[in-house]
Amino acid sequence: MTRQSSRFDDHRMEIMMGRLLQIGVLLASLVVLAGGVLYVYQHFGRGVDYRTFASEPAGLRSVSGLFRLLMTGDPAAVIQIGAILLIATPIARVVFAVVGFALERDRLYVAVSLTVLAVLVASLLYSA
Amino acid sequence: MPVLLFTLLVFAGSIAAGLLGALTGLGGGVVLVPLLTVVFHVDIRYAIGASLISVIATSSGAAAAYVREGFSSVRIGMFLEIATTIGAVFGAFLATRMPTRALAIIFGVVLLYSAWLSWQQSRRSGEDDGRSSPWSDRLRLSGSYPDGKGGQCDYKVDRISAGFATMFGAGTLSGLLGIGSGAVKVLAMDQVMRIPFKVSTTTSNFMIGVTAAASAGIYLHRGYVDPGLAFPVMLGVLAGSLLGARLLVRARVSVLRSIFTVVILALGVEMIVNGFMGRM
Repeated sequence: MTRQSSRFDDHRMEIMMGRLLQIGVLLASLVVLAGGVLYVYQHFGRGVDYRTFASEPAGLRSVSGLFRLLMTGDPAAVIQIGAILLIATPIARVVFAVVGFALERDRLYVAVSLTVLAVLVASLLYSA
Repeated sequence: MPVLLFTLLVFAGSIAAGLLGALTGLGGGVVLVPLLTVVFHVDIRYAIGASLISVIATSSGAAAAYVREGFSSVRIGMFLEIATTIGAVFGAFLATRMPTRALAIIFGVVLLYSAWLSWQQSRRSGEDDGRSSPWSDRLRLSGSYPDGKGGQCDYKVDRISAGFATMFGAGTLSGLLGIGSGAVKVLAMDQVMRIPFKVSTTTSNFMIGVTAAASAGIYLHRGYVDPGLAFPVMLGVLAGSLLGARLLVRARVSVLRSIFTVVILALGVEMIVNGFMGRM
C-alpha cells in the first residue's frame, strides 16, 4: 500500500471515515439531547415503568410516522430521529467506502462494500 | 419511579457502564443490559434496544481517535463486515422469536465467558509464526502498520474461512443481545486469523458500529427502542466510554479489571438465575 503518496489511499480514506463518523455521532447526540430534555420536561412528575414490554406506538417505529409526530412537536419523535441519524452514520461510512474504493479503482472492494451495503439496506427493508 | 429520577439514575449507570466497558475493552453493552434488567427491572427487550443504540454511538465516536494511529485496516474490516452484518440480521430475527428467559440465560453465559476472557487478558496473544493463507494477497487483506520506529511492519492473514465463520457468530450475538461483541471480533481476528493484536482491536471498533446498525433498524421498527430509555443510555454510555478512553492512557487498569471481572461474574449468575426462575 502506498501510504506515503499524497493521492487517495486507504489511510486517507480511514481518516475521512473517522471524521464522518464523529460528525454523525455529534449531530445525533445533539438531537437526542434536545429531544431528551424536552421529553423529561413534558413527562415531569409522571412515573415510568419498563417492567412490561409493550411495543412502541406505530408512530415511533417508522420514518413516515416519526415525521408526522415531529410536526406535532412530540419530544419522543425528536429522540427517535436522533436514533435514526445514529443508525445512518455507520451506513454512510459504507457508502463512503464504495466511493473511496471506486476512486482507488479497486473493483473487488467496491463489490465487497456494495455487498455490506446491500445487507444493511435489506435489513431496513425487511423491518419495514 | 418519577421520570426525572429514573433518567438521572439510568444516565449515571450508563456512564459507569461506558467507563468500565472502555477500560476493560469489553464495551458498554455487556454491563449495560444486565444493569438495566437486574437493577432497574427494565424488560430485556427495551434494554437490548437501548444498548444497541449506545453501541453504535460508542463505536462511531471513538473511530476518529483510532484511525489516527494508522493500525486499523479498512479492507479487513469491510470484508468481514459481510459476515457480521448477515449474522446481526439473523440475530435480530432470532431475538424477536425467542422467549425472554432464553435471552437472559444466553446473556448470562456470555457474561461468564466475558469474565473469563477479561481474567485471561493478561496473557500475550499468540506469536506470529509466519503462516498465512494464499488468499490473503488475492483478497488484498495483507497490510502493514507503523512499528513505532518510523517504519512499517507487514502482515498477512490466515484461516480466512474460519475467521469469517467466527465473525458471523459475533454478528449473531450482537444482533441477539444488543452488545457490540467486540471481544469475539478481536478473538476472530487475533486468534483465528492471526492478525496483529493492535490491528485487530482497532479494526474491531470500526466493525462494531456497522454490525449494530444492521440489527438496530429491525429493533427500532419492532418497537424495542424506547425514547425515554434510549436517551439517557446513549448519552451516558457515550460520555462514559470517551472518558474511559482518555483515562486508559494514564490509569493502571489491572485492579479495576479484577473488580470488573467479579461484577460481571455476579451479573452473569444473576441473569441466568432470573432466566431460569422466569423473572425476566
